[in-house]
Amino acid sequence: MLYELTDVTKRYTQRRKQVDALAGIDLTIDEGEFLAIQGSTGSGKTTLLQMLGAMDRPTSGSLLFEGRDLAKLGESDLTELRSHSFGFIFQAFNLIPTLTAQENVETALVPWHVNAKERRGRAEEALDGVGLADRAKHIPSELSGGEQQRVAIARALVRAPRVIFADEPSGNLDERTRDDIVGLLEELWRERGQTLIVVTHDTWVAGRASRRIWLDGGRITSLPADDRLFADAASGSVREPALQS
Amino acid sequence: MFFTYIYRELRRRHRQALLTALGLAVGVGLVVAVTAYAGGVSDAQDTVLHSLYGVGTDITVSQTQKLDQAGPPRFDMNPGSRSQQGKAFSRDAVRSAPGQQSVKATKVAAIESLDGVAQAVGGLTLTSVHVSGNFAQAFSQGGAQPPSGGSFSGSATAPEPSASQAPIKVSSYSVAGVDVGQTGLGPLSSTELVSGRTFTSSEATTRVAVLDKAYARQNSHSLGDTIKISGATYKVIGLVTSAAGSSSGSNVYIPLTLAQKMSDNVGKVNQIYVRASSANDIAAVKKEIKTVLPKATVTTAQDLADQVSGSLKSASQLADTLGKWLAIAALVAAFAVASLLTVSAVSRRVREFGTLKALGWKSRRVVGQVMGESVVQGVIGGVLGVLIGIAGAQLIAHFSPLLKATVGQTATAGGPGGMARPPGMQAALGQVAQTVAVHLTAPVSIRLVLLAAGLALLGGILAGAFGGWRAARLRPADALRRVD
Repeated sequence: MLYELTDVTKRYTQRRKQVDALAGIDLTIDEGEFLAIQGSTGSGKTTLLQMLGAMDRPTSGSLLFEGRDLAKLGESDLTELRSHSFGFIFQAFNLIPTLTAQENVETALVPWHVNAKERRGRAEEALDGVGLADRAKHIPSELSGGEQQRVAIARALVRAPRVIFADEPSGNLDERTRDDIVGLLEELWRERGQTLIVVTHDTWVAGRASRRIWLDGGRITSLPADDRLFADAASGSVREPALQS
Repeated sequence: MFFTYIYRELRRRHRQALLTALGLAVGVGLVVAVTAYAGGVSDAQDTVLHSLYGVGTDITVSQTQKLDQAGPPRFDMNPGSRSQQGKAFSRDAVRSAPGQQSVKATKVAAIESLDGVAQAVGGLTLTSVHVSGNFAQAFSQGGAQPPSGGSFSGSATAPEPSASQAPIKVSSYSVAGVDVGQTGLGPLSSTELVSGRTFTSSEATTRVAVLDKAYARQNSHSLGDTIKISGATYKVIGLVTSAAGSSSGSNVYIPLTLAQKMSDNVGKVNQIYVRASSANDIAAVKKEIKTVLPKATVTTAQDLADQVSGSLKSASQLADTLGKWLAIAALVAAFAVASLLTVSAVSRRVREFGTLKALGWKSRRVVGQVMGESVVQGVIGGVLGVLIGIAGAQLIAHFSPLLKATVGQTATAGGPGGMARPPGMQAALGQVAQTVAVHLTAPVSIRLVLLAAGLALLGGILAGAFGGWRAARLRPADALRRVD
């Protein structure tokens, strides 16, 4: 078992009102899983991703990653964990606009203090792995949305992390590019056996996952029961909102 | 990666980076220009004080003559015998400078032994009055009255000759007795050697003289000539000018021992020049000197500086008040603008820095990146600021008018009850006031350049610190913000 979450809550104060973004999450995730986290806007998907990705700590409950409770780790331990065990892919790609594709991939290796030559070599290799070897010297604004997300995937993979988090990876892409990117992620997941945790609104994307969970009001609720709907969603013929709100 | 990232980022927002650097540059440039201007004014003040007082002299000590002492020089003009009547005569009278009382030379050693005194040197300032003409025809036709041992006071104008008295030619000049063993301090220190040499320590009793260049020209003396002082012949070994072309200083400088002899002041001096061990000691030393010579007038360089008036003083006040505050205000504004622009730039890059933190960049690495960008802007601002400052200083020096400093407008030449003054001022004060004209410069020293560069760097670091503080507070979760 890679993750074990017990009664995890996250409480924010907004305009003097307390809001429970997560309200008692119990969840386990195994190594090598492809988990899709779904839910409507404000359901707590992204908050859960932040907790799992050591970007933030829960307000209460325990969140074990390989037996270590992330809720009790200090900032430097969380930073260490992010730099060694996790890779992130964002909806808006989050590439540094002034750096080339290759340099963007290299930023993931900066915390490792590897020398420039090795850094460059590994970045080139990662870009080659996502089919962008010939675009290495281009800055993000010279790349298409799909290419930018590929660079982001290369950046996430260059450190060969234990877990890859993808936050709405296809949210800014057209359908065809979405298919490419999700296909690539699925392929890499199958090849490398890394754990892949994807937050998505897109039922088609969720349908590719080995397991899906549904969040509502900060809680994991039962998935919509209709198996046919899942099957349709996985085939891409049905869009999601009808599932549950 | 560090430098590449800085370079690319600054190039991307080059307008803002240039604006920040220019802001710092203007602030720093103003500091350079104002400091250079203040330095120029200070140099001008030093020049004025130097011309009036002497380099290295911190304090001068003199004693005012008592009412019943001395008096104007007297000449015995009685021809004595009938055969002398109508014949030519020539008389010299060398006396202590008007209003100055001689004190024992042992007081010099007493002052030198005081705490805080680095060196003390005695000097003797004399006035030589030369009278020449023909004796009166006491019993000539018409029964004119014989002069009753005519006495003459050393004023600048000759008396109206009587019917039987031929015109009498009167000339006067000042003579300073210089301690030849210590020419670095004393009457000669307020002069600059133009040609020849000054005294050597072995010339205490050698009849050699150093002349003021202007005086030598007026009297057609040149280097190597001989001149007569009180009947004795002196060889001219050097020509000097008073600094900044002032007319202060003495006309003739001779060894102290000879000056003492010719004025019946053996073992005495009427001026003591003191150099303090430290500028901080001057006030204390002044008090101590008063205990050695209670009746003496002790004048410090500050006393003299306080008497300076004229456009130089206005320039000094301008540098001290308006200039200084203007530079400080501009610098503070530049620092504030640089800091605000940097914080604003960081705020626009929340997702970027959040992403780096999500990737495992430590806060200090992110802060270092922001600081690096700011420091580069500071360096650029420093270089531009120094250039602006130098250009400003050049403009000041080029367009500044000739500054005039007037000293001692209300002072009198001493005399009974009057205040004794440093000898350098004596001649000038005799004419009520001394005006020195100096050209204002605005020197930019290496130290100033380094200060400017340091200030710009400080501005960059300060801006970077604010920006870094903002960046350090960002959370990795900010990477997940949906909005740009």
